[in-house]
Order: sequence, then C-alpha cells, then structure tokens
Amino acid sequence: MTDLTSLTIAAARDQLAKKEFTALELTEAHLAAMDKAKDLNAFIVTTPEIARERAKAADARLQSGKAGALEGIPLGIKDLFCTEGVQTTAASHILEGFKPPYESTVSQKLRDAGSVMLGKLNLDEFAMGSSNMTSYFGKVKSPWKAKGRSDDLVPGGSSGGSAASVSACLAMGATGTDTGGSIRQPAAFCGIVGVKPTYGRCSRWGIVAFASSLDQAGPMTRTVRDAAIMLKVMCGHDPKDSTSAPLSVPDFEAVLKQGVKGLRIGIPKEYRPDGLNAEVAALWDQGIQWLRDAGATTIDISLPHTKSALPTYYIVAPAEASSNLARYDGVRFGQRVEGKTLDEMYAKTRAAGFGTEVKRRILIGTYVLSAGYYDAYYLKAQKVRALIARDFNEAFEKCDAILTPTAPTAAFGLNDKQDDPVAMYLNDVFTVPASLAGIPGASVPAGLNKDGLPLGLQVLTKRWDEETMFRVCQVLEDAAQFPLLKGAR
Amino acid sequence: MSYIIKGDTGDWEVVIGLEVHAQVISKSKLFSGAPTEFGAGPNTQVSFIDAGMPGMLPVLNGHAVEQAVRTGLGLKAKINKRSIFARKNYFYADMPQGYQISQYDMPIVGEGTIVLDMPDGTSRSVGIERLHLEQDAGKSVHDQHATKTCIDLNRSGVPLMEIVSKPDLRSPEEAGAYLKKLRSILVYLGTCDGNMEEGSMRCDANVSVRPVGSTELRTRCEIKNVNSMRFVMQAIEHEAKRHVEVWESGGAVDQETRLYDANRNETRSMRSKEFAHDYRYFPDPDLLPLEFDDAYIAKIQATLPELPDDKKARFIKDYGLSAYDAGVLVAEQENAVYFEGVAKGTDAKLANNWVSTNLFGLLNARGVSISESPISAKNLGRLVQLIADNTLSSRMAKEVFEMMAADGKDPDTIVTERGMKQITDTSAIDAAVDQIIAANPDKVAEYNSGKVQLMGWFVGQVMKATQGKANPGMCGELLKKKLG
Repeated sequence: MTDLTSLTIAAARDQLAKKEFTALELTEAHLAAMDKAKDLNAFIVTTPEIARERAKAADARLQSGKAGALEGIPLGIKDLFCTEGVQTTAASHILEGFKPPYESTVSQKLRDAGSVMLGKLNLDEFAMGSSNMTSYFGKVKSPWKAKGRSDDLVPGGSSGGSAASVSACLAMGATGTDTGGSIRQPAAFCGIVGVKPTYGRCSRWGIVAFASSLDQAGPMTRTVRDAAIMLKVMCGHDPKDSTSAPLSVPDFEAVLKQGVKGLRIGIPKEYRPDGLNAEVAALWDQGIQWLRDAGATTIDISLPHTKSALPTYYIVAPAEASSNLARYDGVRFGQRVEGKTLDEMYAKTRAAGFGTEVKRRILIGTYVLSAGYYDAYYLKAQKVRALIARDFNEAFEKCDAILTPTAPTAAFGLNDKQDDPVAMYLNDVFTVPASLAGIPGASVPAGLNKDGLPLGLQVLTKRWDEETMFRVCQVLEDAAQFPLLKGAR
Repeated sequence: MSYIIKGDTGDWEVVIGLEVHAQVISKSKLFSGAPTEFGAGPNTQVSFIDAGMPGMLPVLNGHAVEQAVRTGLGLKAKINKRSIFARKNYFYADMPQGYQISQYDMPIVGEGTIVLDMPDGTSRSVGIERLHLEQDAGKSVHDQHATKTCIDLNRSGVPLMEIVSKPDLRSPEEAGAYLKKLRSILVYLGTCDGNMEEGSMRCDANVSVRPVGSTELRTRCEIKNVNSMRFVMQAIEHEAKRHVEVWESGGAVDQETRLYDANRNETRSMRSKEFAHDYRYFPDPDLLPLEFDDAYIAKIQATLPELPDDKKARFIKDYGLSAYDAGVLVAEQENAVYFEGVAKGTDAKLANNWVSTNLFGLLNARGVSISESPISAKNLGRLVQLIADNTLSSRMAKEVFEMMAADGKDPDTIVTERGMKQITDTSAIDAAVDQIIAANPDKVAEYNSGKVQLMGWFVGQVMKATQGKANPGMCGELLKKKLG
C-alpha cells in the first residue's frame, strides 16, 4: 500500500468513498508518522484516542453513505482553538492544564464534517511570533533542511506547528490563525498552502483572542484544492461572533479550474524595496510570468501606505492584545501563583505565566492606549489603517488580484541569535498590510532558493473574493510544480 | 429658596452632578443569553461569556438597546443613531474579562432634560449630559470565608444604563427630587424597576462648592455607590460642608473618589487622583458600531406611555387638580392609574381627597403598596359616587370605607346590607325636625334670640333621630326654614 500520509485531502476523500482504505487506517498511518516525527515538536498534545474514536465513527458514516465533506480526514488543530475537554493553551504556561468545556465554532464545523482531530498543534505563545520560538512548550523544528546542512530551521509562525505537521505529512491539513501573517508566512517557510480568508469569513468564537480586529482562522494544506475544500467547511456566518459576516459560503473548489485568462494582476511597487532578496525577487518575476503565460495581464500598481503597515500593526495588535489578555488573571482558570493581596496574586501569576514576547506586547499595548498617548499612537494607527485599506480599495478598481512575495526571506536557523524583536517583526512586512485591510490572502509554495528552501508567493484579492484568489493560486501551483516533501502530491 | 452653606468667610453654594446606574429591565444580559433574575444562588446565572472564558465573544442584546432608546426618548434626549461600545480596562477579581464593556465618547443617548417637582410646588429643569449602556461587574463576597473572598458572577454582564446629569443641581433636596423624578420616569417607561434596595438603581454623586455669585467650577469629589435617596442627600450635605471647611481653612479640595459611610454619616477617601485608574478606553473590536435608523426610533416612540409630566398637566387640566395634588398622584404610575380608576365618571376633586387622604392613609397604616390595596379603584370610585349623589353622607362614607377596608366588599352591598342609605326624602326629615323643635322650646328661644351657632346642635339632634341617615345639608335647610 502506498504511504497514506502523502495523499492530498482530495485524493483521500475520493479513495475513502471508494473504500480503498478505511478512515481508521488513514488515521493510524498519521498517528504512526506523528510518533516518528516527535522531534519536530509540532504537537503540544496528541489525541490518539479521540482520533481513533472519530475515525471509527467516520467509517460508520462512510459505510452508511452519510459522509461529510471531510469524512475521515485526519487534521491537526492549532492550540489556539478551544477544543472540548482537550487541553487548550495558546502555547502559554498561563493556560497550562486548561480544558475548555466548549468547542470553537471552526473546530466544531470541522468535526461536524467528519474530520478526525489528531492533536493540538504548537504555536508561538498567544500567536505572537514569526518563528514558533516563543512557545512555552518548546520550539517547533521545520521538517526542511538547507541543502547539505543539518542545522534546524524555524517553521515560521505563529502557526508553526500547523505548517510543520502538514509539510511533514503528519496531518493532511491543519487549522491556522492569521493576525499579521501567521498562516501565510509559516506556509511559505514550510512549502505548503496557507489561506487567510476575508476578516469575518470564519467565526472567531472559541479561538483564544490575540488581536480581535485582525484574527482570522484559515486552512493550511499541501495543495490549493485541499485549502479550498477545508475553507468551505471552516467558514460561514456564526451569530455568536458579531464580526462574522452573514454571507453564504461559495463553493471554492468549483472555481479552481477556471484559470486566470483575462484577469488583471496588480504588482505593487512598494513590495520591491531596495535590497529585496534577489531570489525572492526572481521568484516573484517568475510568478508574474506564469500568470501572463496563463492569460492574465499584469499591471503596476501602488499601495503608497505600505511602509506604514508594520508600525501600524505593532500599535493596533498589541493594544488589542493588552486588553484581550487581561482575563488571564489566575482567578478562574489556568495557572495561579498565590500572593498576599489580590494585586500581588495578579502580578505573580502573570509574571510567571507569560513569556517575554507576550509581556513585551502587553506593555506596548498598555502604553499606546494610556492617557496622553492614545491620540498619538492608537488613534493615529487607526487612521493609517483606514488609509491602508483605502490603498487596496483603489488598487482593486484597477486589478482583480495582487501578487507579491509572502515573506522577505526563506526560513532562518532555529538557533540563530534572536535579540532584535524588530528584525523578527520584519518577517511579516508583506503579510501585515492585507491583515490590516481585512482582505483575503494566500501563500502558495512557488519554488526553492539556492539552498533548497521553500519560497512562497502571496495572492491578495478584495474582500469576500476568495474565489478569484483560489483561481490565481491554482494557476501558480500548476505552474510551479513545487517539490513537496515525501513526494506528496 | 436656595440652599446656602454659611461659612466663616461668606456664603457658599453647592454644585452637584449625579451619575445613576439603572439596571435595564431585560430577561438576559447585555452580551450573553444568561438570565438576570435577582436573588438566584451564587454563580447560577453565568454564561462562558460572563465568566470571561478564553475565546468567548459578546453579542449585543437588542432588547437592551431598545430599552436605552426608550429611556432616551423619555428623557427628551438626543438619540445617537451611531454609537460605539468601548472597553474600560482595569483589573478586579469580580470583573472576569479584565475590562468592562461600556460606551465612552459615542454614547447611545446624548443631551436631555428632566423637570424636577419641588416640594413647594415649583418645578425646575435639570440637564441630562448623556446615557450609555454598559455591563455590570460581578460581586465580591468577603464574609463567607476567614481569609478568602468569594466571587459571585450572577451580576456580571447585567445590562445597566448609566445616566449622567449636568452639574445643574444646587441642593441635597434637588438631588433627591432628581432621583425621585428619574426613578418615576424609568418605572413609567418600564426600562428599570427603580428598586434601590436590590441595587437596580445606584447613584454616584459629584460634589463641589463655590462662593455664592461665583461661576467657577471648583475641584469635585465623587461619592460612590450611595444606595438610597436619603443617603444621597445626607452624603451630599456632609460632603459640601467638608469642602467649605477645607477651602476656608486655606486648604484645597483634592480630586478623589470617596465612599459614604451611612452609619457615621461621613465620607472617606477611597482613591486619590494619583491612584486613579487609567482605563485605557478603546473601541471594543469584538463589537460592530451600533447603528439604527429613524424608523427604528419612531417605532419605539410610538409605544411610549404617557409620562409623569404629561400626565400631571392632564390631571391639572382635565380634573382641575392643583399642581401639588397632581404631582403627588403621578409620582408613582400605579397611584395615577388608581386615581383615574376612582375618578372615572365622578367628582375628581372628591376622588383625589379620598385617594390621597383616606386611601394613602390606610395603605401607610398597613404598610402595603397600592397594588396590594384591599379596596379596588372601582369600589372606591363607587363610594365617591355615592357621596357625590348624596346617597351617603361623608360620615357614613367613612364608615363604609372602613368596612370596605376590612372585608373588600363593594360599597353598594354594604349600604344595602346595613340599610345605610341617606334619607333625602323631605317628609321623613320634616317629621324629625318638627319633633326636635317641639321637644326643645328653650333651645328654640335661645336660637331665635341670636345664638345661631345652636344650628349645629339642632342638626346633630336630627341626625341622631334618624340614626345618622339624614342628609345633613337638607337638615340644615329645613331647620333654618322652620326656626324662622
């Protein structure tokens, strides 16, 4: 039997329907692969009992012809999604041991569609990071290695465990969340597809909040088609989330083969700063050519406020985070360190419970919201954010989609010295603008650099137009013939 | 009749603004479906949202919004068709999210007016600055354990309206009248039950003083959570005196938050300005701006009841009542409804006397509210009719009233059972009059010699002879005629 773990979701779906193997066999294959790849540290907890139980239930439904859209498909769930009865930590010590009595809307939808949860995936603490190095439960290693080298690389972040597990064929797909690039950047680093849908497409209910106005769930898969299949299940209106859009869900899979003929692809000049990595620039040019070859026209556009996106993001996101993380106070759940007074208990609990990067962002956020600084920072950032959104609106009057690199570099070393938080923040320079504007964005693995490491291209479209985004992604994927790990296809 | 504090250096006036937290009448909380009923066991009315669990999101209760708009309309205030919910950030053990969802610079209701009815019958307008919606915190319970504090989250997320007055109030009495009137309006509107004992209405008072004639606003102190109208008035009185003493001794009042201790009748510093919270308000990203259109407002406007001011004006006009009497009747909606039930189709002034004097006296004596009155409005109305059409004398009516109060029977039944019908047949009274005149020649002589005050004695004798059933007016007339 071929290695079941290297199948795509689409292929597994069809073969399960034809009873070529069972859901339990598919799950067992993944549990075995997870066992062998423990050193990646992609999972915070594995849930083999739950996986087997759900796989058996999936087999029963497959037998009775009542299969859901993801019946029997083994998935990893980022440990930012609350899962009923299963520890949910956001990779933070402060939530260690917390077992929610409820299931997030997105993971519930995936359950209802018949998918099988393999475990909870590692991430940067509270999704704050671009390398998965800030997790309390240890760094995640990328399954990729530079040509001829043995040193470990980061998987990117914050959805690093998701990217590593899907790339290494430990899961057929995984949920991610993207606040400033946390799906797209790790997808690019690990050579997989990552989709951040329009803000409001997926319910945020039951996802541990980082920055509420930016957080969006999305799928991470090895192919564009798999992402389309998974996203359709994940999204849809949820009355429990006031920012969830009351829109019907398109059949993303149905549009994949429509091609890009006649589409206008915008190429923003601000994404090609002086000193842009030559290989990244070359791959971008290659992507432009692939789309032209497929019948699209490309036009030069300008997104003039791009340079303000990163500083704007690092005001808005920490501001919201400083408030969202106030509930981790040791009173009702998670870790508590006793103190002589209530304030002392708070201080000790939060000092012990949060890591350095989380503390840094809480401090930044508290500062930018405080009296006397609010106007200069938070209010101004909101105004700039509106200008960034306007840039995109104006651009989408001239083009149907925008093509950019996903990240400025390929993955870096896991043990590289990281003493400059701002250098780390620069990883998200190409992904953050779309997050601020709330528009959909996807990263498609498009090629390898000279070290043999994956590079991704990012496709952006206007709000609610994931269908065009998927069409462009599919053309790029077809043209790139990206060499997935383990010969997966 | 202004309120002046006589100081050593001169006369001072007090400047007061009130912030009232009124619990919105609503089955569920402001941002969750958990119930709001008072008196349930600790932590039995708490959703995951109210407990601030990870990943939980608020969803706005549309009914609470309607109630806030309704209240705004009742306060003749500007309704803001676009408002924003903001987070007020601070840590406290009974505030699970670490922030309170409130409204900050864009409240749902803007400026409005309340007309105060002062005890001397005058009225005075006080400005409303704003009304906003916010969620309540939970409750810390300190007396359940020797060293630990217990938390009850039943109140967490309960919808409140914070109603802020302009600093227009000038005396403790005005503050009391403001609270009374505001409470009356809220109860009329059905947006708050006005129950201060259960905490559904709580008041913070901002107090400062200034020399009479000055227009400056001096440093104010905020007195927190005063839970009865009487205590609000006492706290203001005390605090204003304290300010005068501080200023006159050459000091300066510090801006601070103070607590009123009703047992000692004093205020104590709770938090000085240096330790004031920086609440770091910002728009709640979990909630969209609250927007509605004119049609929504008009729909609510159409369901507004007649409010106290309008009802008072109508009582004056339609029933010929004095401003004072009308004001007393309309203060409590149930009283006004009862009065109209009594006054229907009969003498309104007489009805007012019987309601305001006899019935309220009875209720006070029994310590019951009007909804528990042993006498229905219909029966009291009938009694007033029987007086108005001379069936009963007022003395007889009082007897009937006592019997009605005792067993709840209707007055017609009592009158019939006891044969209490007043005698208005002239011939029947004639005979009694003749008999009294014949039997008392000496009194007749005295009367005729100018001692006219004996008329009362004659009337009394006739009443006695008819077992009190004679119409006293008719007795008087007949006697006058016959005594010459």
